[in-house]
Amino acid sequence: MSVDRGFEQPASFAFTPEIRAKADAAIAKFPKGRQASAILALLDLAQRQSGGWLPRAAMEHVAEILGMAPIRVYEVATFYTMFNLRPVGRYHVQLCRTTPCWLRGSEDLATLCKRKLGIEPGGRSADGLFSLVEVECLGACVNAPVVQINDDFYEDLDPARLEAVLDGLAKGERPRAGSQVGRQGSAPQGAASTPSAPGE
Amino acid sequence: MPKLTIDGTAIEVEAGLTVLQACELAGAEIPRFCYHERLSIASNCRMCLVEMEKSPKPIASCAMPAADGMVIHTDTATVRKARKGVMEFLLINHPLDCPICDQGGECDLQDQAMAYGFDRSRFNENKRAVADKEFGPLIKTVMTRCIHCTRCIRFATEVAGVEELGAIGRGEHMEVVTYVDKMVTSELSGNIIDLCPVGALTSKPYAFAARPWELRETESIDVSDAVGCHIRIDARGREVMRVLPRLCEEINEEWISDKTRFAVDGLRRQRLDRPYLRKEGKLTPVGWPEALAAVGARLTGSAPQRIAAIAGDLADVEAMMALKDLMQALGSPHLDCRQDDAPFDPAARASWLFNTTIAGIEQADACLIIGSNPRWEAPIVNARLRKRFLRGGFKVAALGPKVDLTYGVEWLGASPGTLKDLADGQGFAEVLKAASHPMLILGAGAVARPDGAAVLGLAREIAERCGMVREGWNGFNLLHTAAARVGGLEIGFTPGAGGRDLQRILAAAGAGEMEVVYLLGADEIDMTRLGRAFVVYQGHHGDAGAHRADAILPGAAYTEKDATYVNMEGRPQQTRLAAYPPGEAREDWTIIRALSDAVGRRLPYDNLVQLRRRIHEAYPRLGRLRAIEPAAWQTFGAETAAVTGEPFRSPIENFYMTDPIGRASETMAACTERLLGRRGTGTHG
Repeated sequence: MSVDRGFEQPASFAFTPEIRAKADAAIAKFPKGRQASAILALLDLAQRQSGGWLPRAAMEHVAEILGMAPIRVYEVATFYTMFNLRPVGRYHVQLCRTTPCWLRGSEDLATLCKRKLGIEPGGRSADGLFSLVEVECLGACVNAPVVQINDDFYEDLDPARLEAVLDGLAKGERPRAGSQVGRQGSAPQGAASTPSAPGE
Repeated sequence: MPKLTIDGTAIEVEAGLTVLQACELAGAEIPRFCYHERLSIASNCRMCLVEMEKSPKPIASCAMPAADGMVIHTDTATVRKARKGVMEFLLINHPLDCPICDQGGECDLQDQAMAYGFDRSRFNENKRAVADKEFGPLIKTVMTRCIHCTRCIRFATEVAGVEELGAIGRGEHMEVVTYVDKMVTSELSGNIIDLCPVGALTSKPYAFAARPWELRETESIDVSDAVGCHIRIDARGREVMRVLPRLCEEINEEWISDKTRFAVDGLRRQRLDRPYLRKEGKLTPVGWPEALAAVGARLTGSAPQRIAAIAGDLADVEAMMALKDLMQALGSPHLDCRQDDAPFDPAARASWLFNTTIAGIEQADACLIIGSNPRWEAPIVNARLRKRFLRGGFKVAALGPKVDLTYGVEWLGASPGTLKDLADGQGFAEVLKAASHPMLILGAGAVARPDGAAVLGLAREIAERCGMVREGWNGFNLLHTAAARVGGLEIGFTPGAGGRDLQRILAAAGAGEMEVVYLLGADEIDMTRLGRAFVVYQGHHGDAGAHRADAILPGAAYTEKDATYVNMEGRPQQTRLAAYPPGEAREDWTIIRALSDAVGRRLPYDNLVQLRRRIHEAYPRLGRLRAIEPAAWQTFGAETAAVTGEPFRSPIENFYMTDPIGRASETMAACTERLLGRRGTGTHG
């Protein structure tokens, strides 16, 4: 899996003091000698610090902190799809394409993203603002179709609503996350209702 | 001890065994890819499925602990169907390239597909293809063939102790890689070729060279270091094609070092295949009669006191014995097999043996390494130390240049002065004293120096004061680097009464007091110090000795003769002829026997049996093959105050080129260049 070719790797990486403190807190959760268990937390911190992706230097830094061989860190980082091993845009758009979202129109969202951002899944826009990937179930099927942008879920989308979200992000705003049709959580759309009892 | 029933037979097995091991004991063969006795259990190939009563599904026998009352069936319709299913999945992405695959004919997957394979493919989707990886100059990769058994990863991590291999990605995207295109840097890396059950990892130097059914297998002994690994030499016609390990629990288990495995291409290059005499300053090919007559005339024409013999690192016991007999017949006491100038006394056997034995390392619980880098000097011993370390409760400290030994080591610096502190009971000596089975490993390089005898004496003091020597346990070990050394010391190939040792032979030769110096494969001495002496070189490679020689008598390499070598533990073992020596080269003892005729002092043996009888009568130990006779403890070494401040160094500067065979090998030159980042310095073309 030649995940890390065709772009520049930063020469070095080190946690900032604040993030290092968080990393130490994560390590402290595990018994002595088992500090390698904190690897997911540290990789996540490293990914956030380096702008949404994990450079090789960051993996080596984590390996050094945890006393692991770099290959062991590399194995973990490549196993989990939520770690990005190549640079992503400032807004990393993850489009759900599993059955419920697909039934509710995720293909239209994909078409919109490709047209709007000018990139294919796996790509990154020229201005570095957006990157797009298709992912499997994000776990919010009740409010399908769903798109995850960085840490936020945008739900109950259709092409127009997604376009508004993307436009807002491009302008530097932070559109309200969650359902884009205004429902609370995954409460029923429209008036509250209860299923009728059998035979009623 | 659990009792279980396997295929209708009741069997009681040791607690802690797996169902697979129990099945093997019961005589049922279980197919497997990922399981290997010496590696941790991964249980990911699923080929070893068996049926267990009361279990709704077949179980992976390699990972299931054998328990009381289990009823196992290894050959039912369900089991066969399950294994066929597993095999079909394994073959989905495995290319049908057996005709161009080097593993063909010795491939686990091929063999098991004969038993469990499906004769056509039902998989119409895309097949995956994987980019090949660069593992270095020794290992060729065809990663599309990989079935992800992870044996190579587990070997590198557990046995070799280099965490360089790993599996990235998951599911169909899983790949075995090194960390971002690095090469595998272990000295044991070649073993992953043997471990690979398919053709994903094959030998790069041996690529497309031969098929297994063309090869003639010969069981033999390795001489690239003093460990004496058991090997199998595969030859085709006159050519040695490859070397593989043989199982030997006492020594190498089933591993060999890369030098043992890959240096064999050196056997084809730089060979001495006919006698030479220096005429008018130039080495000129001559026939045997002329060469023997010329050397004989020199030997008879010189006073016995002006003749000396030096045996090199690859000399076998038979040749050394014959040469010693010849020197005695001529009346010269000047002979030495200690090419590195180490001050060993043949009488003090305990001082130059690995007394604990290699398998005995597993009983030790503390170890002091003095002036040695076992990872380079004896990779198999280092693997055993690591194996012991992984079991826990094993403290190791080392004096010498800091290197990565693949296990936790407390570094005490490189100064010999620390030895005195240890002998006085300070520092790590406390740990050694508290241990129940303490041991020390003294490097050959630590005693091959002017104050070597004093270092030896200090090490003896440490051993005695830390309780390393007692009934049933001897923790004093000398780690030799040369295959010939222990054999030479056993037969006393050392100066006789009034004889000169190596340094004094060289000094005398430089001063013109030595007229003839006979080098039996001795290449590691300083040839410039031989002065104007007439140098006879008997050996198999055109290395340093042959370049200096005035007469060259071409001998046989270890693959080309039946010969005895004694390993560092004092274990006599025999090599077997796998291919004939090239050209007019002859087995070494026969050359000396022929020479004895030319000097008119015929040695009393006409064949190998008679020569061996002569050796066994004089040195009965050497007649007991593979057996170890513990050495009696005695005082040895010199006055300890003589130890200088000169830091310890390893005698090996380049792991891959320690003998003439390695120096002639292109593969070893490639390793030197690519793995050590150095230019080859041997005499290779």
